[in-house]
Amino acid sequence: MPTSTRRQHILSVLVEDKPGVLARVSSLFARRGYNIHSLAVAPTDDERFSRITAVVDVEKAPLEQIVKQLDKLVNVVQIDELAPGDAVERELLLVTVEAPPETRGQVIELIGVFEGRVVGVGFDEITLVLEGHPQKLDDFAELIANYGVVALQRTGRVALPRIERRSPELSAVADAS
Amino acid sequence: MKTNGGSALIKSLELEGVDVIFGLPGGAILPVYDPIIDSPIRHILVRHEQGAGHMAEGYAHVTGRPGVAMVTSGPAATNIVTPLADAYMDSVPLVVITGQVASKAIGTDAFQEVDTVGITRSVTKHNELVTRAEDIPRAIREAFHIATTGRPGPVLVDIPKDIVDPTNPASALDWYWPETVDMPGYNPRMEGDPDLVRAAAELIGTARRPVIYAGGGILKARGAEALTALAELLDLPVVTTLMARGAIPDDHPLCLGMPGMHGNYTAVTAMQESDLLIALGSRFDDRVTGKLDGFAPDAKIIHVDIDPAELGKVRRPDVAITGDARLVIEELIVALKELGAPGNQPDRSEWRSTVSGWQEKHPISYEQSEPGELLKPQYVLEQLRDNTPDDTIVASGVGQHQMWTSQYWKFNHPYTWVNSGGLGTMGFAVPAAIGAKVGRPDKMVWAVDGDGCFQMTAQELVTAAAERIPVKIAILNNAYLGMVRQWQEMFYEERYSEVYLSPDLPDYKMWAEAMGCVGMRVESPEEVLPAIEKANSIDDRPVVIDFRTDAREKVFPMVPSGRTNSEIVIGPGES
Repeated sequence: MPTSTRRQHILSVLVEDKPGVLARVSSLFARRGYNIHSLAVAPTDDERFSRITAVVDVEKAPLEQIVKQLDKLVNVVQIDELAPGDAVERELLLVTVEAPPETRGQVIELIGVFEGRVVGVGFDEITLVLEGHPQKLDDFAELIANYGVVALQRTGRVALPRIERRSPELSAVADAS
Repeated sequence: MKTNGGSALIKSLELEGVDVIFGLPGGAILPVYDPIIDSPIRHILVRHEQGAGHMAEGYAHVTGRPGVAMVTSGPAATNIVTPLADAYMDSVPLVVITGQVASKAIGTDAFQEVDTVGITRSVTKHNELVTRAEDIPRAIREAFHIATTGRPGPVLVDIPKDIVDPTNPASALDWYWPETVDMPGYNPRMEGDPDLVRAAAELIGTARRPVIYAGGGILKARGAEALTALAELLDLPVVTTLMARGAIPDDHPLCLGMPGMHGNYTAVTAMQESDLLIALGSRFDDRVTGKLDGFAPDAKIIHVDIDPAELGKVRRPDVAITGDARLVIEELIVALKELGAPGNQPDRSEWRSTVSGWQEKHPISYEQSEPGELLKPQYVLEQLRDNTPDDTIVASGVGQHQMWTSQYWKFNHPYTWVNSGGLGTMGFAVPAAIGAKVGRPDKMVWAVDGDGCFQMTAQELVTAAAERIPVKIAILNNAYLGMVRQWQEMFYEERYSEVYLSPDLPDYKMWAEAMGCVGMRVESPEEVLPAIEKANSIDDRPVVIDFRTDAREKVFPMVPSGRTNSEIVIGPGES
């Protein structure tokens, strides 16, 4: 399930926390025939607002139009388009995978290599959690598929602008992400 | 002061300056209709909710103030979706209030429940389901603010029955009126960026073949006088789109008339041959541009619009200015003068003489009928135009009659042309004319309608007769869905599929009389003027004249769909 980053744009949309706002945003995409690749919505530190992170799969020109149309929505406060290189991106993946005793060790080893964790164990199945850059999740999903995936769920991407590198210390923190 | 939601709603409308509501009551809105009896606001009881919406639109077109419609839940709300979509496409300020089933019943598929905010989301500028009585004054204040500022548009407020019902504790609130609105995501920009305005002024100073492309945004911004001042300062020709008719007087020497699919040769060709289009409150609609690839190929573009999403949506501008059309034109005039205009402008005498050459060679024309032949619709319009006051308000439906009206009427005053441009709503004319007459009772109001259109909303003449709203309706009755017939004739090898309506069924004269109007029928050219004069003399009830016209008549010029404006087809009289 590779999530190609070609033609993808990350929109970070600050909206008023009111009923129907997500429907307004998503129907705006739907009526113009644009596909939302992933969507994550949650409250922010300010109780008046929520933040929508939408990864959209469009060319540059219609994206400009979609941003302008989004900006017309009365409940949309601010829109930032994040270039993938300038953003800190994270996503969470939960997967339940077949893990009979003969392969269980390999599965646990694999999640360890990816710095994820085991969050549930059954007789023949095991549930894993992995957090990280979407690309890392793609890579893991590809490998774990070989063991037989029972169920897999990803959260969709969240992103924030990468902070400016003002000092060596901050620079190191940014690189670590 | 303790009050209840229903009274608070009516009081909020009063404080917004509403003088008339077009509406029809029903179960879910009943509690709001009770306090209307004690309010100074006039309520006009329509016969169909679509009529309420179009009346509110007609009112808004001619007054510049928001039109207000109020209806109940369910089918009433779905009936008003068409006017909402119409107002959304044509940027008409509208506030529509719909009743909703009681809060506890929402989501239970209760009697007359529909998801009104869901249904209307994509055809309103904004909408809101109010869930608490205490939110009603705020919601109404915000609705009027959103409808009338920035790019105007329709706003819908959906209100459950329990929060307006005085017998329900949920409707109790302490009265307040919010003097300001708090909407962090809504900040329309009015003034143009000074650097961009200056860049536009400089670009105009380099153009040898400029044309002002004036759109409906000029009228929405109440910018007609500013537009004329700009055109006169630099002697620039102006085309007025279907939505902008009257923005500069048609008898002004710089006015070229309407461009587009059924525009006149000069307006279409001047845009096409221009080296600079100054687009003011216009949106490069496909009916104006024709095939986009071939539209005005040599033209640089200055685009001014209050809605930033219009800038670059269709054609990439060289200078794009977000702002109110009137304010930006005024700023542009100042900038032009600072740069030395009109003295610093290039010699455009060749362009002027080219344009006036087209005007002489290709006037709008038709072939007059021979004695004994059927009446020509264009002749009816000429007679109406020449025998009504200069500032008559004209509403139209959609189709051939709409295009002929735009072509043959002389709009010498702004805010006198009421029509459905973007959505193309058949049935618009009758209710819109009624709303216009309510807004401007001092002016004569004529609707020019087609026989197909008339049958869609004619019942609102009952409203007009009962309320003593003396509108005048001219039906150009060619017994066909005329524009569809024209396309079938030109592009479907004269295979006339399902377009014949019959001239006699219904009998329009009897129908008009049954609705409390004066009805007349006109079949020959010599009957036209006496009928118009009689209609003009009647001021206590609506008048309907059934003009029997020639079905073979087509709207020319025409740019066939999918062709470029260079392929304009002129009429048989011009060839």
